[in-house]
Amino acid sequence: MISQFFVLSQRGDNIVFRDYRGDVQKGSAEVFFRKVKFWKEDDKEEAPPVFNLDGVNYFHVKVVGLLFVATTRNNLSPSLVLELLQRIARVIKDYLGVLSEGSLRKNFVLVYELLDEVMDFGYVQTTSTEVLKSYIFNEPIVVDTDRLPSLGPAALFVQGAKRMPGTAVTKSVVAHEPGGRKREEIFVDIIEKISVTFSSSGYILTSEIDGTIQMKSYLTGNPEIRLALNDDLSIGRGGRSIYDYSGSSGSGSVILDDCNFHESVHLDSFDVDRTLTLAPSDGEFPVMNYRITQEFKPPFRINSLIEEAGPLKAEVILKNYAEFPSSITANTIVVEMPLPTYTTRVNYELEPGAVGQMTDFKESNRRLEWSLKKVISLAAAHW
Amino acid sequence: MAPPAQSQKSSSPSQPSGKGEVSDVKMQLRQLAGSRAPGTDDSKRELFKKVISYMTIGIDVSAVFSEMVMCSATSDIVLKKMCYLYVGNYAKNNPDLALLTINFLQRDCKDEDPMIRGLALRSLCSLRVANLVEYLVGPLGNGLKDGNSYVRMVASIGVLKLYHISASTCMDADFPAMLKHLMLNDKDAQVVANCLTSLQEIWGLEASTSEEAAREREMLLSKAVIYYFLNRIKEFSEWAQCIVLELVAKYVPSDSNEIFDVMNLLEDRLQHANGAVVLATIKVFLQLTLSMTDVHQQVYERIKSPLLTLVSSGSPEQSYAVLSHLHLLVMRAPFIFSSDYKHFYCQYNEPFYVKKLKLEMLTAVANESNTYDIVTELCEYAANVDIPMARESIRAVGKIALQQYDVNAIVDRLLQFLEMEKEHVTAETLVLVKDLLRKYPQWSHDCIAVVGNISSKNVQEPKAKAALIWMLGEYAQDMQDAPYILESLIENWDEEHSAEVRLHLLTAIMKCFLRRPPETQKALGAALAAGLADFHQDVHDRALFYYRLLKYDVSVAERVVNPPKQAVSVFADTQSSEVKDRIFDEFNSLSVVYQKPSYMFTDKEHRGPFAFSEELGNLSIDTDLANDVVPAQRVEENDKDLLLSTSEKEENHGSINNSSAYDAPSYDGSRMVGALQPQQDLVSLDQPPPANTPASLAMDDLFGLGLPVAPSPTPPPLALKLNAKAVLDPNSFQQKWRQLPVAASQEISLNPQGVSALSSPQVLLRHMQGHSIQCIASGGQAPNFKFFFFAQKEDEPSTYLVECVINSAACKAQLKIKADDQSTTQAFSTLFQSVLSEFGLP
Repeated sequence: MISQFFVLSQRGDNIVFRDYRGDVQKGSAEVFFRKVKFWKEDDKEEAPPVFNLDGVNYFHVKVVGLLFVATTRNNLSPSLVLELLQRIARVIKDYLGVLSEGSLRKNFVLVYELLDEVMDFGYVQTTSTEVLKSYIFNEPIVVDTDRLPSLGPAALFVQGAKRMPGTAVTKSVVAHEPGGRKREEIFVDIIEKISVTFSSSGYILTSEIDGTIQMKSYLTGNPEIRLALNDDLSIGRGGRSIYDYSGSSGSGSVILDDCNFHESVHLDSFDVDRTLTLAPSDGEFPVMNYRITQEFKPPFRINSLIEEAGPLKAEVILKNYAEFPSSITANTIVVEMPLPTYTTRVNYELEPGAVGQMTDFKESNRRLEWSLKKVISLAAAHW
Repeated sequence: MAPPAQSQKSSSPSQPSGKGEVSDVKMQLRQLAGSRAPGTDDSKRELFKKVISYMTIGIDVSAVFSEMVMCSATSDIVLKKMCYLYVGNYAKNNPDLALLTINFLQRDCKDEDPMIRGLALRSLCSLRVANLVEYLVGPLGNGLKDGNSYVRMVASIGVLKLYHISASTCMDADFPAMLKHLMLNDKDAQVVANCLTSLQEIWGLEASTSEEAAREREMLLSKAVIYYFLNRIKEFSEWAQCIVLELVAKYVPSDSNEIFDVMNLLEDRLQHANGAVVLATIKVFLQLTLSMTDVHQQVYERIKSPLLTLVSSGSPEQSYAVLSHLHLLVMRAPFIFSSDYKHFYCQYNEPFYVKKLKLEMLTAVANESNTYDIVTELCEYAANVDIPMARESIRAVGKIALQQYDVNAIVDRLLQFLEMEKEHVTAETLVLVKDLLRKYPQWSHDCIAVVGNISSKNVQEPKAKAALIWMLGEYAQDMQDAPYILESLIENWDEEHSAEVRLHLLTAIMKCFLRRPPETQKALGAALAAGLADFHQDVHDRALFYYRLLKYDVSVAERVVNPPKQAVSVFADTQSSEVKDRIFDEFNSLSVVYQKPSYMFTDKEHRGPFAFSEELGNLSIDTDLANDVVPAQRVEENDKDLLLSTSEKEENHGSINNSSAYDAPSYDGSRMVGALQPQQDLVSLDQPPPANTPASLAMDDLFGLGLPVAPSPTPPPLALKLNAKAVLDPNSFQQKWRQLPVAASQEISLNPQGVSALSSPQVLLRHMQGHSIQCIASGGQAPNFKFFFFAQKEDEPSTYLVECVINSAACKAQLKIKADDQSTTQAFSTLFQSVLSEFGLP
């Protein structure tokens, strides 16, 4: 059972602090923050999500720069607690529309109300936005979405959030629209994270797609929804090795290595016609997660050429090839390159006529960043 | 001042400092308390909010307690909730003021609105004030019978809260029985789940003092109850499912059909998007099939995919938790995952703690067919700008080489690392090359050629320097410059800060001298002189020892310092198999993430209500045991590359798995395990902490004739005579068992012959009785037996208690020994084990 739950700002201030069992000292938030900030055990590495300090176990997840923390003295399931923390963040976002330090500070009473119902004496009661609705009486105070800092595409990986913050879905599930009428809407996003490793000669060494179908429903009355996936979708690769590519490409069929589903999804007709049936409850949730290692054509190919241009100088030529149909545009692309620790200066030379491109040398973590606002495929043009 | 205020030492400038604001709020609340003007509730809301925000940031606002209570007479539910939150926070430290709230909370418990009833009941139970418990019993009893499920939900956890404030009040009101009834009959799944959690905690804590509670706790694991939960599993929320699954994992089905039924029923839980549900299900599968080797392996195959999917979906934190479990499974059964090695490749943006797990998995799954790919990948990481990552990767390459796959190519690559001329890479590689040479002396020519080219000036890290020096000494005749390099190092003796390096220098110069005396004599003299004047005790002693040895007889010195060496064949495992099994038993818990069993990081009262082996009461924290294990652990962790000398290895085989070179019958282990831990202690005690590995290697050299020269780790146990007519009644046994700490805890292997004779518990009882060890309770069926033994010293009323769990299928026994006289525990333990090992022998 969980002893305390708290949310800390980037500077370590308590935004909410809820003590459920009273068996961990009150100063735990400060103890925790100090430990995380000065985590030195592995050479200035970041603190792991779970650690034990004087018999107290601290769990934390980072969401939009905030630290969601739980403490306990018991030997709990780490998956359960970390999943719960993530879920609490999502429930709060469902209610506030936007999850940020500002919105939390404005709505902390509502957050306490939620926390009271999510857990009792450290045991989870419910994390369903829908169920919680009947217990919650505070109205959210909506914060201005325009002032939200953009997370950028890199945040997709760094924060681990698999979702781009679309403006349409920053609406609270309980807030009333101006004019008192409610729009019947449902948002379905498909987010895929593609990881590819190329060899220095350009061959693909490993490739994997991790995807999620994300849903956020504002429909009243929870009508049943059917979601039809590709007919030729198949799951599992039989007895074959996962990396046996032979014969799997070309047929056009999609082979998922594995997938899992939200508990509200009924799979009765899934085997027959690849249709998912669900009655989406309020709020945001992943309908399905899947994983593909089938061969596919990556959207980009990066080529690098490194030459020593002197005793203390190296020249790097980076080429980025867009390999997707010309009907598609890619937005906000960032190319990162780690540089040796003793790098002191970096000069850039962009392709003449390049528009909307930026280069930057991040001195703190020795990284070169090359960002492109927009990439249009010109068959195999490079720049 | 109350604790919350003290904890907030430095409030940021944007936050108010406290006092002035609190008294302001107090004034304003007073004004509002009696007011009935329209809009009062809104102003109250604002003030309440302010109070709660002060509370959050740690300002003590308990001073406004009575004003808050006065203002709480309202029908506004938002206000009520804020007030409840406030009261819950401060009641414990202000019991007198808490009394003020009882009245309105009790009234609210009878409100028409079930929401208010529930909220009030929850707050009432959350006051944590012992002298108010009498006011709780009535409302709680009503709550459990309430027609609304929300109220019952709150009440079923409320009982647990009451138990923690006053266990006797809770038991006297017979609440557990009511909970049990609700658990088995309520229509609402969350009420059922709450009853289960409360009962588990209550009976878990009560079981140590009450037999009835222990029985009730067993009842939760009866077939009827387990099936009842399993049949309803889909009604439960995902979180409640986790609780049920955790319970099911402890259920022992009667036959294999039952096992398959349970698994089929839970099969679809593996496709759940919530990682906690999936891991809880996996735990059930793994526990149920422990005794069925083939099925157990199939389970591994089955759970692989869902685990990999969970690792790649969700936040990095969640995937870390899942990955830790995957890591555990990979370490247990690497061959099952050997074709999945590409999943363990590191991605550039992963945090170090994830990469580290992945590197260990890559090392573990390496076999003939994938080693080339894996090593190629690891070599990429070795050039990483991230230094800790580069180091770990090189270590991984070295470990794979020591696993004997493709050594040829790997040695080449390691030597290439040396040519990269990066200090951390060179340092790490030198240490590995040294280990490799100890295992594969046949590679010395290739390695020495490259190592000889390294300038000792480029090697600064003590560990690496020590490795280089060791090689210079060991291969002095092959390395032309060895005497001169050593000589120049000795010249800088005073600048060498590491005692470890100085120790190695002494030994290396000795070896060098014995092989190339004319060139080395001068340097040896200088080294011995410097060593004798050294302020470090070990260095001084070693120099003196060498000096006297040489004076006594050079040929004896030769035999001691430079004996023919056997190649080392096996690595010491980083953890004993007992520790690993314990972690495995605690699957889906923090133990897996920390890679430590729970007793090492939790105190006894938090170890979970359902620790199974502890049915005779919660064992108090076994400090002795912890002390036994922790130093060993430390040695192992600091020195992953601690190579054991062959003689040590033979004694340690009980804890070494996958030792392909070693095939001694396992039942010998029963006598040796006892010797294992003290020996490891010896290693850690004898060396100054930073000087672990190489120094111990040097020790081997020093006592080159093998360990018999080394002081024996424990004094031989004193002969212990037991009273043949010992008596102890069951009650005093139980009482003693509860009071005494565990003095020794061990897992031992049993003689298969003896195990085969163990047809029923009685056979063993008679055997033990013949050696003055009495049995007080026994039970179980093949393959699991459990015994409680006791014995008394012959001449004094000093008693030993033993819990012995025998698994006849695995030929293993787990012992827990408690003793009145702790100093003789070891002697008794040895005696007990030898008696046990004689069982079944003709």
